[in-house]
Amino acid sequence: MSASPLSAASADPAMKPGAEVVLRALKDQGVEVIFGYPGGAVLPIYDALFQQNHIRHILVRHEQAAVHAAEGYARSTGKVGVVLVTSGPGATNAVTGLVDALMDSIPIVCLTGQVPTHLIGNDAFQEADTTGITRPATKHNYLVKRSEDLAAVLHDAFHIARSGRPGPVVIDLPKDILIKPAPYTEPPKPGAPHRSYRPVLDPDPAAIREAVRLLKGARRPIIYTGGGVINAGPEASQLLTEFVRLTGMPCTNTLMGLGAFPASDPQFLGMLGMHGTYEANMAMWRCDVMLNIGARFDDRVTGRLDKFSPESKKIHADIDPSSINKNVKVEVPILGDAARVLRALIAAWKEDATPFSRAQIEPWWRQIDEWRAIRCLAFTQDMTPGAVIKPQHAVKRLFEITRETGREVIVSTEVGQHQMWAAQYIGFEKPNRWLTSGGLGTMGYGLPAAMGAQIAHPEALCIDVAGEASILMNIQEMGTLAQYRLPVKVFILNNEYMGMVRQWQELLHGGRYSESYSAALPDFVRLAEAFHAKGLRARSIEELDGVIREMIAHPGPVIADICVAKDENCFPMIPSGAAHNEMILGPDQEKNAARVTDEGKVLV
Amino acid sequence: MSGTDTRTATIAVLVENEAGVLARVIGLFSGRGYNIDSLTVAPVDAERRLSRITIVTSGTEMVIEQIKAQLDRLVPVHKVSDLTLEGPHLVRELALIKVIGRGEQRVEALRLADAFRARVVDATVESFVFEMTGDAEKIDAFLALMRPLGLAEVSRTGAVAIARGTRQIAP
Repeated sequence: MSASPLSAASADPAMKPGAEVVLRALKDQGVEVIFGYPGGAVLPIYDALFQQNHIRHILVRHEQAAVHAAEGYARSTGKVGVVLVTSGPGATNAVTGLVDALMDSIPIVCLTGQVPTHLIGNDAFQEADTTGITRPATKHNYLVKRSEDLAAVLHDAFHIARSGRPGPVVIDLPKDILIKPAPYTEPPKPGAPHRSYRPVLDPDPAAIREAVRLLKGARRPIIYTGGGVINAGPEASQLLTEFVRLTGMPCTNTLMGLGAFPASDPQFLGMLGMHGTYEANMAMWRCDVMLNIGARFDDRVTGRLDKFSPESKKIHADIDPSSINKNVKVEVPILGDAARVLRALIAAWKEDATPFSRAQIEPWWRQIDEWRAIRCLAFTQDMTPGAVIKPQHAVKRLFEITRETGREVIVSTEVGQHQMWAAQYIGFEKPNRWLTSGGLGTMGYGLPAAMGAQIAHPEALCIDVAGEASILMNIQEMGTLAQYRLPVKVFILNNEYMGMVRQWQELLHGGRYSESYSAALPDFVRLAEAFHAKGLRARSIEELDGVIREMIAHPGPVIADICVAKDENCFPMIPSGAAHNEMILGPDQEKNAARVTDEGKVLV
Repeated sequence: MSGTDTRTATIAVLVENEAGVLARVIGLFSGRGYNIDSLTVAPVDAERRLSRITIVTSGTEMVIEQIKAQLDRLVPVHKVSDLTLEGPHLVRELALIKVIGRGEQRVEALRLADAFRARVVDATVESFVFEMTGDAEKIDAFLALMRPLGLAEVSRTGAVAIARGTRQIAP
């Protein structure tokens, strides 16, 4: 780097080195923690970090994990998660995390180092076209080429990350910009209109009235909500609960929306979608009015589109206009923030003079109760000593025993069967306690996400429900847990298979288990010990509860290796390309999967 | 899903004049598999740092609605306007057309250029460069006539468009 023009210009006392301007902007944006990994291009920021006490830096072991940790932090607090990585490989390693945050609408600001401006485009050491690579991986990104833009770009990035539909924002920072003196500007006043980005927050009253009119006339209504309600803050979840109870209607949540409505409430039908409950999916299929708030008619939820909820009028409230009428054509689109939409719906419901009696939806509830009576999540666990642990039972006991402790519990997951079992058998009463990679489906998400949540909630019981394959994708973060004494519990459902891959191979590919066996697994107990953590193992049913209790009681990080049935499949299941009323309920009905066509198979 | 009937849409997009904005728009179209029939861009307001992009695209009504919504949520986009939907508008394209030939062909090319109001902007004893503005059909028609007369090279701007009357697109 060229030092000559840099040191000379610092005569103006209002000017500070770029790295200090960066940290001041972070501080003024309320940042307390950043997750990062140093390298040549960001050394000036690390030097400035060393000389201050406002912001805590958590040193991860891989940049992907830095982003997932920031996601876990953001998802569990509602704040923006902040990441700091170096140029080149630092930035490219972060890309998976960025896309993960983009798909799940998680607010992230990721600072990436860059080679000095005069070397950009020269194939310099550790140079990558970071803004080019991350353009489709972020909500927005910036390359700061002028020192006078630095502070404004940082403030802008936080505004973009957290407002409207949240998402990840990258700021690429050339090294000379971090060294050269730069002016500082204060954050814009809250509410000051952005130059070009102005998401609509307040719903159109006419659309709200139309929605209420439809809902009051409904005989078979359903309220289906997603991550948008979580993103709109805890108040939105309270308003959702209020609205659902006010109307007496059934409510289902997407994978991303779990916790927005209390799982223990009798009006809750459970999660919907590919591995959702029978009652939720059948209610979606048969309903006459559907109210979707903050969900996006994802293919994992709709199943076969041309057979999706054929008899319903649909109302869709979303903050992102591009989510409306993207997959499913709706009768009443409502643009707005989920909390404001719900507040308006509650007010309009009370104002509207149209009578609505619970009696008009009573037959619908009777129908739903019939579907519930099928008990789609029931399973049989042999309790004789030495019996093999069923994964469903392991998750169910984990939920029950953690609930007994009365502690605040935050659950993250990796991706696969264990993720679905966690979604099915763990009940969430409140938002921000459930961290999972929904859209991108990133194996390796859960451990760093739990780590980020634990940083934000030191007293909480943070558990990563994992599979033995997924956990190895970011296992290096056990080192971070050790360094910061983070008592995260890793609860591995070890069936020695990439379970969901194996399940699909069994159901759709003639039982040819191509490359899905987890060969040469490490000894997870000794692996835990190598990382200064506690290792536990449950081999059979009589050991399970003891291992869970010991895991929870231990004050430090733990890996619990739960050896579970190897051939268990995750049910219920809507086979790919099928409709909601074509669910497979259990092993006895697996033969129905034979109907999956090639057209269905391509639908992943 | 609302049918499979497709239509063409001419969309005007007012954007920040900043690095990367065109890449965002193009990346959106390629990433989501939308068609670009034509795309033009140029700064239109130096003081307010605005550029205007004109995109001609085609798709079902649902796809075109998606395109507009996706464009509108790009951070540096100020305004998205579907000129085709919003009423009468003008679409123009400029073409520079090189025709090489001698003798009678050359005379005929010049005569047709006059009929199409194409201007001669460069000439040698064996070539013309014509400049022509019009909608895409007019230019296509002229090119078809020039082909047997020694059409050698074409450079076209792609469509620019503006609403008729007092209607404006402002940020």
